[in-house]
Amino acid sequence: MELLVILISTSLISNVVLCQFLGLCPFLGVSKKVDTAVGMGAAVIFVITVASAITWLIYTFILTPLNITYLQTIVFILVIAALVQLVEMILKKSIPSLYQALGVYLPLITTNCAVLGVALINVQKEYNFISAVVSGLGTAIGFTISITILAGIRERIENNDVPNSFKGMPIVLITAGLMSIAFMGFAGIQFK
Amino acid sequence: MKESNFKYIINGLIKENPTFVLMLGMCPTMAVTTAAMNGLGMGLSTTVVLILSNMMISALRKVIPDTVRMPAYIVVVASFVTIVQFLLQAFVPSLYAALGLYIPLIVVNCIILGRAESFASKNGVIASMCDGIGMGLGFTVALTLIAMVREFFGTGTIFGVDVIKHLGYEPISILVLAPGAFLVLSVLTALQNKLKAPSATNVPKGDAIACGGNCFSCADSGCASNHKKLADAKEAAKAAKEAEKAAKAAEAEAQKTE
Repeated sequence: MELLVILISTSLISNVVLCQFLGLCPFLGVSKKVDTAVGMGAAVIFVITVASAITWLIYTFILTPLNITYLQTIVFILVIAALVQLVEMILKKSIPSLYQALGVYLPLITTNCAVLGVALINVQKEYNFISAVVSGLGTAIGFTISITILAGIRERIENNDVPNSFKGMPIVLITAGLMSIAFMGFAGIQFK
Repeated sequence: MKESNFKYIINGLIKENPTFVLMLGMCPTMAVTTAAMNGLGMGLSTTVVLILSNMMISALRKVIPDTVRMPAYIVVVASFVTIVQFLLQAFVPSLYAALGLYIPLIVVNCIILGRAESFASKNGVIASMCDGIGMGLGFTVALTLIAMVREFFGTGTIFGVDVIKHLGYEPISILVLAPGAFLVLSVLTALQNKLKAPSATNVPKGDAIACGGNCFSCADSGCASNHKKLADAKEAAKAAKEAEKAAKAAEAEAQKTE
């Protein structure tokens, strides 16, 4: 039950993009077509889930015993950068089909700020291992939901008559703003 | 101070303002601009990190091997971010609490790694320092301005000082909530489109933020393409103007001969 709460609150209530503004660059940059948005989302789900597991292990079993938790920012960022490289190499060797599907997007997320953000939030909230992984998964699902919705809306906007000054980026930002208002509705969810 | 160093500062502050013109570092821009004080604090923290890391990277530019330069830069930046985090925690706890998660996330702000890669790794220490000051102040000014607009309309105050609230102003509180960031930014970019001010979002094919989503290992490719797009756009505008001039001159000439 607790895990379900974490999953819903990270993916919907405090959506990583629309409420916390993490991972904004891919959200605006890779959301032109639904296909690419879904691909990006899948890559993000994969990386964030693995990264939140690994950073939790490192924090609990290396940084805490040695009493050097203040180094978390440096350690996390290096670990995440190395991890993405590693994931890319492993996928390329062992699961080429998955690599072909995600390959383009993997270097793109080497570390969008959402990955580091989730690792830091997990530490801040003192989650245990399972909760940390679920929180990472939920965050990534939230990212995928919002980027896919935005891509769908952008495909429709493409053919519409947008005022000249608002063509391009401004209308996308307005769309994101409206989505953000919609997601504020989830803030009313209460868990008993 | 040498003239060229002064030029670097102006360049970052106005000509290539990281927020208004290059559209870099959008995550902190949207997240912390709910109150003018937060925008100012975030901007100044980033400025400090930017100046120090620029100087350090510039000083080490001949020592760091080319193949491992990105990890090396990241370690330098992350160390300074950690120091700034401690200083804020100790001396300005209220600001530390308000900015929270976004202070360690200065590490992944693409402005810092972008400047390290495109400027500090090629220029001397003093020049890099000036570039850091310029870019940092440009970021700070932009954040503070956006935050002031949001705070003014969202709560009726500026820097927490009551400006129009006591006149019975009903605040548009959505502007200080999450959606407000998107709305304010979209109006800003629309204005830039309207006024034809060059920015990374309105040059040809620039309808996506050109850094393409990777703030961290972008190795400045995003900033570089932003630069290039801007340069191309300026060039095109100049060429168009000149063509117009030439056409007018030719017309006048034709009228004269008639």
